[in-house]
Amino acid sequence: MFARVVWLVLRKDLMVEVRSLEIVYTTLFFAVSCVLVFAFALVQEGRPPADGAAGILWISIAFAGTLALGRAFERERQSETLRALLLAPAARPAVYVGKLLGIIALLVAGEIVLVPLVALLFQAPLLLRPIWLAVILVTGTVGFAAVGTLFAAMLVRARSRDVLLPVLLYPITVPVIIAGVRATATLLQPDVDGEILRFWLALLVCFDIVFVTLALWTFEPLMTD
Amino acid sequence: MTAVDFDDLTVDEVSRHFGRRRALSHISFRATRGTLLGLLGPNGAGKSTLLAMLATLLRPSAGRIRYGTHDSTTPQPALRASIGVLGHDLFLYPELTAAENLEFFAGLYAVSDPRGAAQRALELAGLTDRADDAVSSFSRGMRQRVALERALIHRPRLLLLDEPFTGLDDASGAALTKRLRELREAGAIVVLATHDLDLADGLLDSAMFLRDGRMVDVVDRPDALRSTYRDIMSRGRASSAAGTRG
Repeated sequence: MFARVVWLVLRKDLMVEVRSLEIVYTTLFFAVSCVLVFAFALVQEGRPPADGAAGILWISIAFAGTLALGRAFERERQSETLRALLLAPAARPAVYVGKLLGIIALLVAGEIVLVPLVALLFQAPLLLRPIWLAVILVTGTVGFAAVGTLFAAMLVRARSRDVLLPVLLYPITVPVIIAGVRATATLLQPDVDGEILRFWLALLVCFDIVFVTLALWTFEPLMTD
Repeated sequence: MTAVDFDDLTVDEVSRHFGRRRALSHISFRATRGTLLGLLGPNGAGKSTLLAMLATLLRPSAGRIRYGTHDSTTPQPALRASIGVLGHDLFLYPELTAAENLEFFAGLYAVSDPRGAAQRALELAGLTDRADDAVSSFSRGMRQRVALERALIHRPRLLLLDEPFTGLDDASGAALTKRLRELREAGAIVVLATHDLDLADGLLDSAMFLRDGRMVDVVDRPDALRSTYRDIMSRGRASSAAGTRG
């Protein structure tokens, strides 16, 4: 039952997005603009700043992710469909996981465009170790989206939700962003230090476990009343 | 998960506060199978709050709500499986087609054969020919019909309706009234909050009049609903004014 509800919510979110392409277009436009601005500001005479690519990649993901989170729940607010989801006899954590996977899918789709763009503009060998990079990006995205999905759902009825979401989200997800940046920067070194890379990855996995567990635990009480 | 079934709904001295603001105070009533109960009152009377509590979305600050022999200690998903809600907003995804919306909610309510259930619901809504059109292309009346069938797709024992006549033309309003009568005949407990006294006239088995979160009066088999409403509300105003002076 849990897995079926997760699948139903995820499939519904993807179907709605495929029809409207609203979140994909807005987040991609925003993320690409962000990367371009950084490139114009920081790349001097064709020389990018050392270790700049990792930070810029993660800042773009975080900014675009915040936008995607806000829009994903604004959609549920407009026809009060979040209320309909909460009224269904489904386990509420399953609804949370379905929404979370939808957000992760959208962010990963954005990252597929962002990574080559950052690699190109900042001459960073991001695609040299694609599997390691994919693991870092997915673990970082899960941690960021886990907290973001919970907060976006909580704030769906708040009048100033657009302001409150980043104010609440960034301080809590800073450790994830830092770990993501450091892991990616380590990967960009000519001689990758496996021990350091594993340390940052382990940290990201720890954050993911803590954030997802806390979110699953608190989603039901936070969404009641 | 098995849905719980019940023969009656009992609201016993239920109050609800939001901080210091009192939204509902000491509400009590009982509704049995095959009853259509109307919640009538001006804006801010507490009708939607009461419906939200009956739907298990809000907890009472005091008092208790019993669904047959079950109350809030019953696992909520099992209880929610027996409740259908049609809110003021329609709870439909405008980007999805009518069939996709109904199929999605049938799946969430664990209806066996969601596709078949969605087809039957579309037939009842008279929208089989528009099944594959996005809900955003529908008129308000058509959306309302889809939304009602969405609320009924799992055949709930208790149906909660908040202003279901909003934006409906005469024909759609009459069709909804006919559908509600059928549901009553089928043994559902229907609780209906509305301002549309003309459409509700002759439909209700019992009408509960609310004002400022308090139950002003309950009338069984009300007729001439508009004048009854006016009399009861003016009485309520007079007693409030007297209370304030006293």
